[in-house]
Amino acid sequence: MNSPSTEFTRRMAIYEQFNQISRLGDAFNCGDSPNTGSSAIVEVDVGLENKAGYISCDQVEPSRSDQETNKPDDKTQRRLAQNREAARKSRIRKKAYVQELESSRLKLAQLEQELERTRQQGIYISSASDSGYFGLSGTVNPGISAFELEYGHWVEVQDKQTCELRNALQAHTTDIELQILVESGLNHYCNLFRIKAEAAKADVFYLNSGLWRTSAERFFHWIGGFRPSELLNVVMLHIEPLTDQQQLEVCHLRQSAQQAEDALSQGIDKLQHNLAQNVASDFSWGNYRAQMAVATDILEALEGFVNQADHLREQTLLQMVRVLTTHQAARALLALGEYFHRLRALSSLWAAHPR
Amino acid sequence: MHYQVDSWGYYMPRMSMGSDPMERVAKLASESAVVIFSLSSCCMCHAVKRLFCGLGVNPTVYELDQDPRGKDMEAALMRLLGNSQAVPVVFIGGKLIGAMDRVMASHINGTLVPLLKEAGALWL
Repeated sequence: MNSPSTEFTRRMAIYEQFNQISRLGDAFNCGDSPNTGSSAIVEVDVGLENKAGYISCDQVEPSRSDQETNKPDDKTQRRLAQNREAARKSRIRKKAYVQELESSRLKLAQLEQELERTRQQGIYISSASDSGYFGLSGTVNPGISAFELEYGHWVEVQDKQTCELRNALQAHTTDIELQILVESGLNHYCNLFRIKAEAAKADVFYLNSGLWRTSAERFFHWIGGFRPSELLNVVMLHIEPLTDQQQLEVCHLRQSAQQAEDALSQGIDKLQHNLAQNVASDFSWGNYRAQMAVATDILEALEGFVNQADHLREQTLLQMVRVLTTHQAARALLALGEYFHRLRALSSLWAAHPR
Repeated sequence: MHYQVDSWGYYMPRMSMGSDPMERVAKLASESAVVIFSLSSCCMCHAVKRLFCGLGVNPTVYELDQDPRGKDMEAALMRLLGNSQAVPVVFIGGKLIGAMDRVMASHINGTLVPLLKEAGALWL
């Protein structure tokens, strides 16, 4: 431990150490997380402790064998063992710490993205509707924030399911496996309608406006989503060949969906008409409160329409799958997944489109 | 309303036949092929009326806000459906179909039109 050769080795080891640490620091500096600076500093500290432990262990080994001829000191042995233990623990702690930092960095990047998106939509909302949306404190409706996060996750899962369907159909898997994929696809759509129903309770205007969808999707917006009859048109391009019976049933389904859509559209038109009549008919102040109470009652009906529209979408999907074979149903769900995916991609391309 | 004092000494209004709201609902429902109970201010009722008219059906509509016994019938329908919304409610051939969601589900799965034909509300 005290020989001149070990002293030299130790100095060399410390020189090595500094080289290592500066390389580690560079690796951390490539991120744009604000944590980078402090993390590099801490990394150095941990590194020093670790390196020192390791080097001393390494350094000591040869001298221990040298000393074997002169009776190994019990105290020294115990100290060396403790050093090895400390070094090992230190390495484990360092590994865990680094992993934690990495995942925190990723999470922070994700959260910043979410925040940016919410902020942009928030600016859009408060400029488009009444300024009271966020209130004086600028807080966001928590039911809507929850919906946005859930919907983002829903889209990710849908893209995954679309890939699975594509792979399964290309690989010519069995009908039983396709059936499982079809059923999970249908369940996934039911989940969407469920979270939309919750969002409708939180803020039906937000849901009805389609602000939570991408721009190309919003172009086709009808009472909180797509028109079921239009989606059937998309599907019909991809499920040939159909038997005569199936052809008839699919056409009937499309026609029924159109008739139901027309009925709901007329209902909403009536709602608009009633509301406009109510608000426009009397500008006196004496009747103000009563007028607003009636107007509020009228507006409450909007939630019912959004729910009925989603109910129509769900029923149309279920009936479509009933009419088709398993293989056709799988192709139908794949067609829908691809269609939505491409519309979303189109929206991104459009946003980046030079003008 | 006809009051009669019975042996216990309190007034008990004699019920005339058919003024039990649920009975009245059932009676009206069986009088036409397609019966819709509605409120004139309700837009979902408007939607269901438009649906049937679009199919070429001429439904019999009872606006409960314009009926003197309407309030009681509304309450009875709410109990029947187990719903906070009494209207719209649709009966075909005297049988209860249900509220808007049941009507739409039945149209989408292809059972509505056969029911209408059976009740004589639709031809061809």
